Amino acid sequence: MDTLLSQLFAGLSLGSVLLLAALGLALTFGQMGVINMAHGEFMMAGAYTAFVIQGLLGDPGASLLVSLPLGFLVGGALGLLLEATLIHRMYRRPLDTLLVTWGVALLLQQVARDVFGAPNVDVAAPGWLSGAVTVGGLALPRTRLFILALAVVCLVALAVVMKATPLGRRIRAVVQHRDLAEASGISSRATDRLTFFVGSGLAGIAGVALTLLGSVGPTLGTGYIVDAFLVVVAGGIGQIKGTVIAATALGLLQAFFEYSTTASVAKVLVFVVIVAFLQVRPQGLVSVRTRSLA
Amino acid sequence: MTGSTSTRTARLSALVRPGRARATAGFGLAAVLLLAVAPVLLSPFRLGLLGKFLCLAMVAVGIGLAWGRGGLLTLGQGVYFGLGAYVMAMHLKLADAGPGGVPDFMLLYGTGEVPGWWEPLRSPAVALALVVLVPAALAAALGWAVFTRRVRGAYFAILSQALAAAFAILLIGQQQTTGGTNGLNGFRSFFGYDLADPVNQRMLYLIAAGVLLVMVVGARQLMVSRFGEVLVAVRDQEDRVRFLGYDPAAVKTVVYVVAAVMAAVGGALFVPIVGIVSPADVGVVPSIGFLVGVAIGGRATLLGPVLGSVAVSWAQTSLSEQFPSGWIYLQGALFVLVVAFLPGGLASVVPMLRRRRRAGREAEPEAPAAPGDAPSPDLLPEGSRA
Repeated sequence: MDTLLSQLFAGLSLGSVLLLAALGLALTFGQMGVINMAHGEFMMAGAYTAFVIQGLLGDPGASLLVSLPLGFLVGGALGLLLEATLIHRMYRRPLDTLLVTWGVALLLQQVARDVFGAPNVDVAAPGWLSGAVTVGGLALPRTRLFILALAVVCLVALAVVMKATPLGRRIRAVVQHRDLAEASGISSRATDRLTFFVGSGLAGIAGVALTLLGSVGPTLGTGYIVDAFLVVVAGGIGQIKGTVIAATALGLLQAFFEYSTTASVAKVLVFVVIVAFLQVRPQGLVSVRTRSLA
Repeated sequence: MTGSTSTRTARLSALVRPGRARATAGFGLAAVLLLAVAPVLLSPFRLGLLGKFLCLAMVAVGIGLAWGRGGLLTLGQGVYFGLGAYVMAMHLKLADAGPGGVPDFMLLYGTGEVPGWWEPLRSPAVALALVVLVPAALAAALGWAVFTRRVRGAYFAILSQALAAAFAILLIGQQQTTGGTNGLNGFRSFFGYDLADPVNQRMLYLIAAGVLLVMVVGARQLMVSRFGEVLVAVRDQEDRVRFLGYDPAAVKTVVYVVAAVMAAVGGALFVPIVGIVSPADVGVVPSIGFLVGVAIGGRATLLGPVLGSVAVSWAQTSLSEQFPSGWIYLQGALFVLVVAFLPGGLASVVPMLRRRRRAGREAEPEAPAAPGDAPSPDLLPEGSRA
């Protein structure tokens, strides 16, 4: 029973990390159809932001709280720059966007290597996040709980923005019908930029969160980007609900497979499950019905 | 499939082959350079490097077919390259160990026994067959599963990338039986020939060059065949092809398998020439790395992928030692600029200039489709939204 519960928690924790990494993608890939391979490097930028802030402020607690919004801004600014220089020229060529952003990712990694050095750096976790909370004989690390909570907060915030704010309404309008949205006086250009800013900013937050789990290196993002894209694909694009379910499910699957086999075999099994799942639902878990041929 | 469309096919093929004589001459020149000139002029070390580049170029030929012609952005060719390479490497390790022997690394990390699934690879014939069959079977199974469910475009790209990630992780995780991060290395002989002997190394280079030339001819035949025409049609208007009664899934699966086999053969020859294969050669990053040369050279052309791939590998080897960080900036920037602003690759520069010049003259207002240099099949569709 205890092992089952601890696996459950490990799965949820992994799912929350995946969700943090995938939420921004759900916005940029799901809503805008842009495959941004540099998303992982925006996470890396967020993580290095936390590192720099900690170097400036010293106190781990204060610097974490400062890093979270600042990571959002750094990630968002990078995203805005990328959108304005390259991506907006290529909305009609999604596969080429994928390759271009991969090239950008390569460049960003090298920038990080030149600025911060190739070896990994560490960001200290604040004292109030050290240790574990014991619930019914089960030790839950506080950092994991914090990331779980952060993922939920980001999710709720994103849901509120999408459902209840003018920005969210504009984003949904542009996604549903670009021309009609334009005709109603919405600038689709400005909406695209804002969407990309928010999506990339979420990557920055995810990066800050990752500093709590391990050290920070130039290739931090590459480890997460593949899984994050799998989450979005399995969840179905266009709806955040699907992303949430997929992230949780993949986290749990990975944890349980890992428990019964090894980490590497678990990865392969998860991949097989996803391919099998796409046999049943090629559009992913939750899909927006359209009349386009698919 | 029969006579009624044959005239149309003939006309289409005429469009696809601008100047058959020129192509033959170019191919002959390349063959002479690779098979006769290079072995004489280059030192054994340089020749070995060129051999390695040619193996990587084989992967590029396959990607050119699948991606450039078929529109399948496969980010996981490292898997098929790796399968071919590992099958070959496992056979070489077993052959080095002798009949009934155990490869050295297994004594070091493993149980000291050869696992059952390695055993068939002791036979050279089985190993050579499996180099082709294993990747072909995987590509066929995955391709069929994915394409019949109409998973396409970016979804396919992401799945293929995940496959590469899973494959590399699996190899690293199974250190007792795959050598883990170290990979497989330290081969002494190749089907009975001593690998330390420079004569045999030169022979290996010649084999690689010959195989690549055969692949290029094969790719050309495929491009100008009816299959090649349907392939381009699937890339540009998949639904319309389906309405015409073709099965796009079958077309895509076939080209995916062909690309996989080409990558696997490249991998199998890579092993004896380079002397090592490790997960670092097969994961996500090297898999996309294969695309860089293809994109820069010109994805939809016959020779663009080969020349682009060899040029990028050569530049990487010669520049990355002196300017490790500068090379990455150069490679990344070149890749970004070419894909963003020159989707046809460098191969599209000459036709573009020629068209500009013609437009500049504008003395004779002729129809744009002069068969001699009709650019249509080689150009990429601007609006090929997946």
